[in-house]
Formats: sequence, C-alpha cells, structure tokens
Amino acid sequence: MAKITVDGIVYEVNPQNNLLQECLSHGLDLPYFCWHPCMGSVGACRQCAVKQYRNADDKTGVVVMSCMTPASDGAIISIADAQAVKMRSNVIESLMISHPHDCPVCEEGGECHLQDMTQMSGHNYRRYDFKKVTHRNQNLGPFINHEMNRCIACYRCVRYYDDYAGGKDLAALGSHHHVYFGRHEEGTLENEFSGNLVEVCPTGVFTDKTFSEHYTRKWDLQTAPSVCTGCGAGCNTTPGERYGTLRRIVNRYHHDLNGYFLCDRGRFGYGYNSSDRRITEASLVSTHDDEKGVRKSLTTQEAQRQFDAMTAGDVVGIGSPRTSLENNLALRARVGVKNFYAGFSAEQQRCVQAVIAINREQGLHCPDIRTLEQADCVLVVNEDITNTSPRFALALRQAVRNRASQLATDARIPLWQDAAVRELAQNELSPLFILSPQGTRLDDVATDTFLGTTAQQIALLAAVANIIDASVGNAATDTHGEEGARRIASALITARHPCIVSGISAGSEALIHATANVARALRKYSVQSDAIDVCFAMPESNTMGLALLMEEGGGTLDDALQRLARGEADAAIVLENDLTLRTTPEAIDAALSRTPAVVVIDQLHNEFNARAQLLLPSTSFAEQNGTLVNYEGRAQSSHQVFQADAALRPGYEWLTPVDPLSLVLTTSETILYHSAQTLSVLSGAEKLLPPRTGIQALMKSPRQSHRYSGRTAMNANLNVHEKKQPADRESAMSFSMEGLPLQKDASLLSAAWAPAWNSNQAISKFQDEINGELKQGCKGVHLLQRTLEPHVAARVSSSADNSVVYFIDHIFGSEELSAASPAITARSVGAYLCVGEADAQRLGLQQHGRAEISSGAHTAQLPVLIRQRIAPGAIGIYCGGEINRHAFANGVSISAVAEDSNVLVRSRQMFSELVISDSQQGRG
Amino acid sequence: MNIIATSSARPVARALTVEEKHEIDHEMTLYPDKKAVGLEALKIVQKHQGWVSDESLMAVAEYLGMSAHELDGVATFFNLIFRRPVGRNVILFCDSVSCWIMGCDGIKDHISKRLGIDYGQTTADGEYTLLPVPCLGDCDRAPVMLMDGEQHRNLTPEKIDQIFSQRAKNK
Repeated sequence: MAKITVDGIVYEVNPQNNLLQECLSHGLDLPYFCWHPCMGSVGACRQCAVKQYRNADDKTGVVVMSCMTPASDGAIISIADAQAVKMRSNVIESLMISHPHDCPVCEEGGECHLQDMTQMSGHNYRRYDFKKVTHRNQNLGPFINHEMNRCIACYRCVRYYDDYAGGKDLAALGSHHHVYFGRHEEGTLENEFSGNLVEVCPTGVFTDKTFSEHYTRKWDLQTAPSVCTGCGAGCNTTPGERYGTLRRIVNRYHHDLNGYFLCDRGRFGYGYNSSDRRITEASLVSTHDDEKGVRKSLTTQEAQRQFDAMTAGDVVGIGSPRTSLENNLALRARVGVKNFYAGFSAEQQRCVQAVIAINREQGLHCPDIRTLEQADCVLVVNEDITNTSPRFALALRQAVRNRASQLATDARIPLWQDAAVRELAQNELSPLFILSPQGTRLDDVATDTFLGTTAQQIALLAAVANIIDASVGNAATDTHGEEGARRIASALITARHPCIVSGISAGSEALIHATANVARALRKYSVQSDAIDVCFAMPESNTMGLALLMEEGGGTLDDALQRLARGEADAAIVLENDLTLRTTPEAIDAALSRTPAVVVIDQLHNEFNARAQLLLPSTSFAEQNGTLVNYEGRAQSSHQVFQADAALRPGYEWLTPVDPLSLVLTTSETILYHSAQTLSVLSGAEKLLPPRTGIQALMKSPRQSHRYSGRTAMNANLNVHEKKQPADRESAMSFSMEGLPLQKDASLLSAAWAPAWNSNQAISKFQDEINGELKQGCKGVHLLQRTLEPHVAARVSSSADNSVVYFIDHIFGSEELSAASPAITARSVGAYLCVGEADAQRLGLQQHGRAEISSGAHTAQLPVLIRQRIAPGAIGIYCGGEINRHAFANGVSISAVAEDSNVLVRSRQMFSELVISDSQQGRG
Repeated sequence: MNIIATSSARPVARALTVEEKHEIDHEMTLYPDKKAVGLEALKIVQKHQGWVSDESLMAVAEYLGMSAHELDGVATFFNLIFRRPVGRNVILFCDSVSCWIMGCDGIKDHISKRLGIDYGQTTADGEYTLLPVPCLGDCDRAPVMLMDGEQHRNLTPEKIDQIFSQRAKNK
C-alpha cells in the first residue's frame, strides 16, 4: 500500500493503479471520458486533469492527466486547485463545441455521462457561436442507433469494439474536427457484443434501437436486479419496465461473472415478452360433442378449477431447464417425487450429470468468467462458445492478452497504460487452442483451430492427456494429430494458469470425460493452485439447477414419455417446455396419444403446447421471482421487475394448491426457504433471500427511482383515480418509489445511481474499489462443493462417438425464447446444412442450393452452405427452430435437390446475413 | 464536412493490377507486419489509379488481411489519400498563416474564377482539383501552391495566369 495526498487528505492507494482510478475508488468526483475501468487509460480526452506537486514545499505544481499518472507513494495532488478546475472546464467546453443541444430528444438524456461530466466540470454557457460540424448517420442494423453529431471523440467505442471485443467493422474514420466513428459502409454491426457500445459510449452516439421503439427515460423505468435467461452463464442484468411492458435490458455489474458487459442475445433478446406469440390467457380444448376440438378461453378461476380437476389422478410432471428452481420445485411438490421427470433430453441429462461430477471433483475447479479472463493458456473443446455461452468468448478475448500483460510487467509498464501495452505486444497473444468441427468466431485470436469430428477430438484429447501424464491418458492412441497434440500439451504444461473450456452441445459424454482427463493429467503441473480450471457451458438458464434437483429423485424425460405411452397416467403437466426440442416426434406422439389430459404452463405459443388440452399462461423472468443456477452451480436470485397482467401467473402459483384454511401464503421465497431446509442439494440456498432484519423500519427497497414521474397520470385515460400500486408480498422490494433507496448498499441494486452520477458509471460508487466487489452485494450461493476424491482418468474409447453429424448453434436464433424477439429474429437465419468443399462435390451439392436430408421416416430440405473451414466428412445442421434435431441425430443420408434460380437467390440472401468466420486460419 | 457517402449498391473488391501487387509486395518486405504497409499500399494504388475507390480500398484490405473498415480508418485519416475522384492535376493551395498574411485569399479567388472551381471541386474537363493545405514549408516565399510535384512560390494573379496558360499551351 502507498499513500497519496489529495487536497490535503491522505489516502491509502494501490501504487499499481493510476491516480484517476484511485480517486474514483475513494469516492472522489473527478470527471473523465476516455478512461474505462475495463479498458485502462489512453489520455485522449484530457478531462481528468489534476494539479500535482513535487513535494510539500512545491506550491506551484503542474497540471497532469490523472489517468496517465501512477498513484505512486507520496504523490501530492489537488483536484480542487483553481488551475486544474479551469483546465477541466476549458477541456469540456472544447469537447462540447459541436455537440448538439438535443438533450430533450436524446435517448441518453438522464443517464448521460457527458451531461454528468459537463455539470461536474462547470461548463454551462456556450461561447462558441460558429457552425457546428455535422455528420450523416449510418444504419447499423436492428440493435444500435447511430447519431454521430453527438460524438465528443473520446474513442471509447473503437477501443471497446475493436480492441476489447475483437470487432472488425467499426473504425475511427477521418481526422481532427471531422473524425467519424462508424463503418466504412453502412450495414449491421457484426460483433456479437455490439450492444455494449450503448453503455460504453459516454453520450448518445450509440443507443439501443429496440429501446428506442418504446422509449422511456431511465428515471421513469421500474427496475429490479435480474439474471439473464439467454444461456447458462448467469450474467446479471437490469431489465426496465414502463406501462406494463418490458422496455430494455442493461448490464448489471457482477464482479465474478459479466463485469461490465453483456452479449447481444442477453441485451436484445427480451422482445418476446411482448411478442404476439405470448400466451395471454388460459384456454381449454373443448370435449363437448358440439364444439369438439375448439379452444376456448377461461378465466383464471375457471382455469385453476379445470387444472385441479384434470390432474386429480395419476399425474406425470415434466420440469424445465429454462425456468426457475421455484417453478420446478412447485411442480415436484404437486406431483410428488416419483412422478417428477426432468425436462431435458436423455443425452443432455447424462452430459450434465457427468459435468456435475467433474464440478465436484477435488483437484479440478470450475472457473468463473473473471477467472477465465486470467488464464494464460486456454483449450476450447468443441463448444462454439461465441454462439452458446457468448460471454465466455468475450472473456477469452481478454485471456489471450495476458501475454501482453506479461510483456508489459517485464518491461515495467503499468497495465493500465493501454496503448503502450498494445504497442509493446503487437500481435503477441497467449496460447488459445480450439477443437471444433467448423471454423469459429474466435479463430482470429487462436493459436490453432483443429477441425475434427467428435471422435477425432476425443482421440486428440486422449493424445494430449497421454503426453502430459502417461499414467492418465489412454495408452493406445493413434498417431494422427500427434504433432498438434504435442503443441497443445506443451502449451498447457508451461502455462501458469491453464484453463479448459467446453460444453455439452455435442451431447457426447465421452467428449466430456476426455476433456476432464486433460485437466486431470495437468494436475501434476499445477503451479499456482492445487486445482486445474475446467468448465462446461450450459445451454439454458437453469440446466444446472434442474439437473441438481433431479439428484433428489425423479426420472428422465424418456421414462416420463414411456410411462405416458403405456397409458399409465391420467394426466401430464408440462412446465415451460417445448418437448419437440427435447425428443423425437414419434416419442411425443406416442406419449400424447395415450394421455387423457395434457396441461402445459408456458410463456409462448409453440408447436408442442398447441396440442395441450389446457394451456396456462405463465409470467416471464421479468414478471416473477426465481432462482437460477448457472454453469458453475452458482444459484442467483432474479427478482420480479413488474406485475404482469392478472391472467398471467408464475408457474409456482398455478402449481401450488391454495389451502383456504392456511393463512400462510406460498411465495417464491417460502418455496426456496423450505426446499433449502429439506433438500440437501439446495442447502445454503436460503442465503439468497435478502435479510429482512436489514430492512430499516420495515421499509422495502423501491423498484422505482426517486424521480419516477407520472404515476398519478399514467392510467388517467382509463380512470381519473390513481390506481393503488401493486403490493409485493414476496420480496424485499416494492413496486413504488417510496422506501429506502440504495445508496452504498448493493444487495438489491438494479439501476445504479449516485448524486451527480446519473449514468451507468455510477456503479463505481457501489464498488469497494474500481473493478472490485459490490459493497454488501450478493454474488449468489455455490450449490456444488468439491466433495469427491480426485479421480483417476475415466476410460474413454475414441470410437465412443463417431457421428459425423453435428448441430450448429447461433447466438441469434438457437435460444428458444429470445429467438421470438423481433430484433433477434431480424438477425436470425433459417435452418441450413453445411459441408466442406470435397464432401459437397462427392454429394453433388451446390453452394446455396438445396439438399434433402433423411433419417428413417424424417426428411427435410435445407439450403446448403459450403464452408472452407469444416472437418472433412463432417456435416453440420442448423435447426433454426424449423426442424427437429432429435429426428436427425443418428446420422442422415443426403441428396441434392434440383434447383431453380429463385431458390438460389433466396438462400444467397439468407447466407449473406450470416456472420461466421470461414477464412481465417489461426492468427496472423 | 461529410466524409461518409452512402450508396445503395454495395461495392466489391476489384483485382489489383500486377504492378500494384508488385510494388505492395516490395513494401511488405520492409515491415515486420502486413498491416503496417496499409498507408504505403494506399499511396501505390493512388499513384496508379489517381484516387482510392471503395473497390480499390477493399482490394488492398483483402490483400493485407485487414478489414476494409480498419484500412478506411487509415485512408481517411490522411488528407492526401483521395477517397473521391480528383482531376488529373491536384492543386494543393496553402491557406495557412504566412500565406494568408501575404494575401493568399485573393490568389485563391483568382484561381477559382479562372478554373471555375472552389475548394474540393474538380473542373468539368477533369483537369484540375483545388484543395487547401495547411502548410507547404515555404513560408518565406508565400503565397505558395503545389501542383504536379512542382512548388509555385511568391504567387501573384499574373503568375497564376502564366502557369495555367503555359499548361494549356503545352497540352
């Protein structure tokens, strides 16, 4: 620790940091633009000027940029010095010269860092009365609005988009007073993390286009801390609501997981909440003779009565990996453990179980996303993480820069000197190896991408494990890929902090074991800790939670469907699950044909729930409380943001029978509390519930900001009397602006705000230091403990999985719910087939032509994409919500379809929207 | 000033000529990194084509393994990389402080009147483009302009007439 003096007060600081960061860490207000907690300093904007003195006798001092000056021991600075103050006000005046006077119509207004900093710097009168520089804006696609006139040229956007997120299609164009941040030609921003521009830009150049369509000021949004449901990473989000509809999602800082950034699926995938596919009322298929088969709507009371009547006998309950623990627990409680079945496919269940066992094994460690960023050698096995668990991919882009950090440390350059560190390292990156059936979006920073089918990857992994530790690997491996295996092995051995990342998309247990074997072999070389980092991405927001719950009893989906097909149940309750995504059409047909009553509780209409007799509308993640368990086994609370229409109820409310004699209401909190006491896998989960004792004077924490406006008028078109605010009987928050707003306590932090800090940059006021933990924040509860003895390697046969068909995931379209959001749909493509050039020739397939695939009784015609970068012999299928993956999982036969040119043109158009990396062969 | 011209038809990379490739290849041997050749490659293309079209930009980007966006950042940073067509002769006319003191405004008006073009414009016959530059490093002989690699100093309206008549005669 070092000590610095700021305006006469002594502060303890970390000398590794710069003065700006330390001043902000200590809660001092010092304006800045180009500096970002995650991106370091470049000294471009000159806004953070302070006066520095050589020693106590120096009364003159010099003006320095605090972001470019180390917080070295004994430094004496002044923020309040008149010259520094004048300098800062002059700087902002010049930055503002061409900035338009459009705050009232600008979507950044009210949460604008530029507004905050302008006020803080004391610039309040425009002296410049010449013509302003103006620009033409670009259409950047369905996610981002562009308004270049507002730009103050801080360069944060390109530093984020290009340098941090690896984007290639946003550049700083032009120079001096007409610098322009945009694309060289108009078009969709391709990077999967483009949405963060909205938060990175300190003013309104880049704004959220989806939000724009139903815009509301930040202070008029009702918000609550939530967890993203886009995949199993568990990123923290803040959704905002106004007039009963969800308006946007922004990032919510989580120290271990998402930090400051989200992926575009998570940010823009909320539109399904108000899509026309939403189930808005309960309905029943009539069985009366005169109107047989007609679906009629029911009131909530009728629906509940009907539900109880239909499910009075033997009931099968099928849970869901995309809804909360509470909803699954309520289903489990209603039908009983022996009638409770998992809602994922059998192969997926086996894979998750294998992953859980690995997550429990001593000597291995499941890294959080921040730990992934710190790895200095990464092996990615099969999983296309950019498309399945995108936030991992952004973390790995930082991991490869650890080589640069190492070089800078050796050269004694502080790591926050962003430009210097990049200049020093040039193209040097830490090793990243990827095994994949096709080229991936991370190939541009990969040391090498080995293209291979699942079986080939298993063989390569066995060879790697064998080279690292001969006692672990399988002795007999073929020599194919020996050279590659040696390179991977030696990189992993020499790394200080190696990390292995995979997932369960391939549905291959053998691949999971082969991956874990490499980690097990590496234990011998572990230098930093006694555990090797290995993690597996989870496809859905609660895949891990449901899998853990199944450890407490219950059957597989196959068991459930077989039981139904044998006619051994009177009814089935399917909770938030489209079973066509989980199994073959035959299995569903067989089960449904023998089941007298099928009740489905869900949010969106789909092919499966169209066949339910009773369909009950459920609330979405933003309309209910719930606990979700991420890939690490970390349980996190997602809070209700707003009260949905009365017809919509959370799954647990539909499922929990109301006992008229009991005064105790069943809430999400009581379900979780009770289950945490009784189920050992959930023990400790009760710690997620906010401590009631901490809530002062029994005041709840408000979901609405203290500036929330229009409450008395917002329903005046219906009734002049102000409606009573809905009461929240479930949580420590209220649907109101009254209560105790969070100032320094982040335990229920949704939208960060601090006096003078209206933008998202206010988050620094809630961190214990910049980039640190949130003060009194809840980071979730780990449900998985390392209790199993270290394993010796599991035996894996390389012929265990020799399917050449692999299924492709896309960030936009592969996740069921977000895919129904208009902005995501605009970026999605339909089902297609992809093959390599040689295989296309062999099969007679034409680029963008059509192929017919068939497997048993199933056939489908798909447009063909011939890729440069694909494992020879492998066949990729993207289902795109159009075809059933399980029908084609066991191999397909392929034939070309005769084409007319219209079809070719249509497919070409479709593929032109597809963002894939197909030409880059490794880095450099 | 607008620097982004939007058009509906999407340009595609053209093929670089053999000479262009040859000269770019030579530059590549002088730098450790392909991207570092960006500016030199743009100058080479401009030398051969007169300016850098979108098609040329994309071709160079492809050749150097960069994105067109990245290379356009380089191209548009430099005033003398022309991203729009220019005349066969580009007049770089200094309007900086020394030349201004020495009355360059009047000279510029004279050129404009004679050629019928303002700053940033090209004569109808495609012969001349007039551009302002901040300094040509010849302040003691202001006003100055640079055309066709030749510096013209101590400019007067008469001298301007002489220069352009001479060029017209030589054609």
